[in-house]
Amino acid sequence: MWGVARWLLLMPCLLCAAGTGESLFRIHCAPCHGQDGTGGRGANLAVAVLPHAPDDATLSRVITVGIPGTAMPGTRMTAEENRQLVLYVRSLYHLGTAIAEGDRANGERVFWSKGGCGQCHTVGARGGRVGPDLTDVGARRGPAYLRAALLDPESAIPETFTVYRRVIYMPDNFLQVRAVTRDGKTITGVRMDEDTFTIQIRDFSDHIYSFRKDELQDLHEDWGKSPMPGYRGRLSETELHDLISYLTSLRGTR
Amino acid sequence: MKPRRVFSLTAALALAAGLAAQVTYDRIAAASAEPGSWLTYSGNYAGHRYSALSEIDRSNVARLRPIWMYQTNDLNAFEATPIVADGVLYLSEPPSHAAALDLRTGRPLWQFRRAIPSDVGVCCGQVNRGVAVLGDRVFLGTLDAHLIALDAKTGHVLWDRTVANYKQGYSITVAPLALKDKVIIGVSGGEYGIRGFLDAYSAEAGAHLWRFWTVPGPGEAGHDTWEGDSWKTGSAATWVTGSYDPALDLLYWGTGNPGPDYDGDVRRGDNLYAESLIALDASTGKLKWHFQFTPHDTHDWDANHVPVLIDAAFRQRPRKLVAVANRNGFFYLFDRQSGEFLLGKQFGKQTWAKGLDERGRPIPLPATEPKPEGTLVYPGVHGATNWNSPSYSEQTGLMYIAVREEGTVFYRATAEYNPGSYFSAGGMRGIPGVEPSGSIQALDPLTGERRWEFSLHSPPWAGVLSTAGGLVFGGTNEGNVFALDAATGKALWHYQAGGAVYSAPISYRFEDRQYVAVPAGHSLIVFLAGR
Repeated sequence: MWGVARWLLLMPCLLCAAGTGESLFRIHCAPCHGQDGTGGRGANLAVAVLPHAPDDATLSRVITVGIPGTAMPGTRMTAEENRQLVLYVRSLYHLGTAIAEGDRANGERVFWSKGGCGQCHTVGARGGRVGPDLTDVGARRGPAYLRAALLDPESAIPETFTVYRRVIYMPDNFLQVRAVTRDGKTITGVRMDEDTFTIQIRDFSDHIYSFRKDELQDLHEDWGKSPMPGYRGRLSETELHDLISYLTSLRGTR
Repeated sequence: MKPRRVFSLTAALALAAGLAAQVTYDRIAAASAEPGSWLTYSGNYAGHRYSALSEIDRSNVARLRPIWMYQTNDLNAFEATPIVADGVLYLSEPPSHAAALDLRTGRPLWQFRRAIPSDVGVCCGQVNRGVAVLGDRVFLGTLDAHLIALDAKTGHVLWDRTVANYKQGYSITVAPLALKDKVIIGVSGGEYGIRGFLDAYSAEAGAHLWRFWTVPGPGEAGHDTWEGDSWKTGSAATWVTGSYDPALDLLYWGTGNPGPDYDGDVRRGDNLYAESLIALDASTGKLKWHFQFTPHDTHDWDANHVPVLIDAAFRQRPRKLVAVANRNGFFYLFDRQSGEFLLGKQFGKQTWAKGLDERGRPIPLPATEPKPEGTLVYPGVHGATNWNSPSYSEQTGLMYIAVREEGTVFYRATAEYNPGSYFSAGGMRGIPGVEPSGSIQALDPLTGERRWEFSLHSPPWAGVLSTAGGLVFGGTNEGNVFALDAATGKALWHYQAGGAVYSAPISYRFEDRQYVAVPAGHSLIVFLAGR
């Protein structure tokens, strides 16, 4: 009887604790990391080892202060809430550490040939530099996110700013911009950095430009637009499937 | 070798003469007549952050160059305003350190290091906004909620008083305000369920002189604006240095958010004197008048701003005025003797109020309270402006403010109060796909009309300085230090300092040259215009 009574006494508390971590996750984390934590605009947290938070103490600190130089903000909460959130994030790993099924070798061929992905994206030492580095994309993004991003690239544009961040670090959002100089020359590329007075741009031929804004006739920023083509209809369902399998297998170190 | 020895001797004499001087109350009260120095947080008691120096002007500001730098060696934000007097620059450094620098070289004459307990709780970084100087003493508030008097010549501790118990969530980040024979000190802890107050100590002995509770207790006026025991954790912190009118002997101080921040249901009522401007008798600490900007707020819109005291004709009648650009998106003007509300006008993007009524009370729009599933509101949690100092130019008659355009999705949750623990009952995040921005605005304080606006890449944390050279100086999160034409807002000069600017510039004169000093990144950078 005592065992049952103790269970009944403890149960509401256990439920309450689980609920706390999950509700905190929904408020603070899910908007970027997905409702199930398998990644969205933020990293896939449903992995055995988080690259930036290999242990609980580090994860707790990352939640508190964020990861400087990335879109990951610090979050203000009590020590107990922080502890609950760490427990909840750690509980996610069983959800999706597996590499997506498919013919990875074929996916790799698609990546470097028909898909043309490597023209803009880097894997290890190979590839282009206009788009995000995909060396460790399998550790950061789940298959559902990758499929959505391939079919509709504009659904996957990282947000550079959240309310927690007091300082904007170098934006890692590959924002597409078009600058027109006073002598009429147009430069189209991705924003590397920007402040009130200047902007730095990498064009699609990998040239880097630095402008003072008062030297420009026009500066247009394509918010919500991606230079990446959508792959709906461009790849067969099998090719897409294999490409996602290949991408989820990329767990290298950047 | 000979010329150098002569120079050293001159320098030594100048320094000795300088250090022998006293920063008397009379000097601070007449600070505007001594523009070569920077004697109090906002440059004068009126909160103007204006320099009457005009050597650096529109014609030569483009030649400003760094002349020396001082590095804090601490990675917390450098939010301090230095004090400059008699050849020495006094500043605080994060977390609760202080130093005196030789104005000629930037070399420290002394440094004071304070060890901070590891269990101190602060919402927004281990920071300090500056020291006060009075007589031959330097006053510093610390994160563990102490007020310390240091010997201005040596940095040695003369006295050390516990203002509050940091284990209950109190901390001190504000620069003290020194006036007459006393030191005024406020507290932080608005996200830790403190009961806020403003304190006065004697400069000489550190004796506690008075306390004004910003959350009234049982039997005190305003106590009935808190339901049940909610006043005990009502917050209303006092973390930004206020202003002072020596003729009226009135202190003007802004107060912070009610606690917990986002769940208003547990503290029904207007929640006085949270998010208010309070006018206190500086000799007794008694309340003369108050005005609450955002009654019963649930968006963390602290009213911790530097009140700007202006003497001018308002509607053809000479008035003693006080102006505040508030975090809630509205600009306000009051009679500072009576507290009469004179005008209010929106200056920042806001989606929460229909406007202000004839007494200045906001008319809130429905469905702007935080919800468990989130409520999008402008201004965001950091407000349409924040603690960043405004400036009032005695030359142009305009008030300059750093404005944030940034919305927030506010979430409501429930919070249980534990002494010393974070107590906000909710959270917030940015708006997906929106990159916030900011600006410097020039307002006519007598009408609230905007004269010009200069766009900034991101919402600023830095305040502004205006000068008689017709300039407005400021800084950005991306490390730009800049000067604008005070009349038009046109950018005239900018410098990449390599680190975010969190404080506001000051200006002073040394050996007949005008300098501008700006904390940027983790360094104090001092600029001089090349000839």
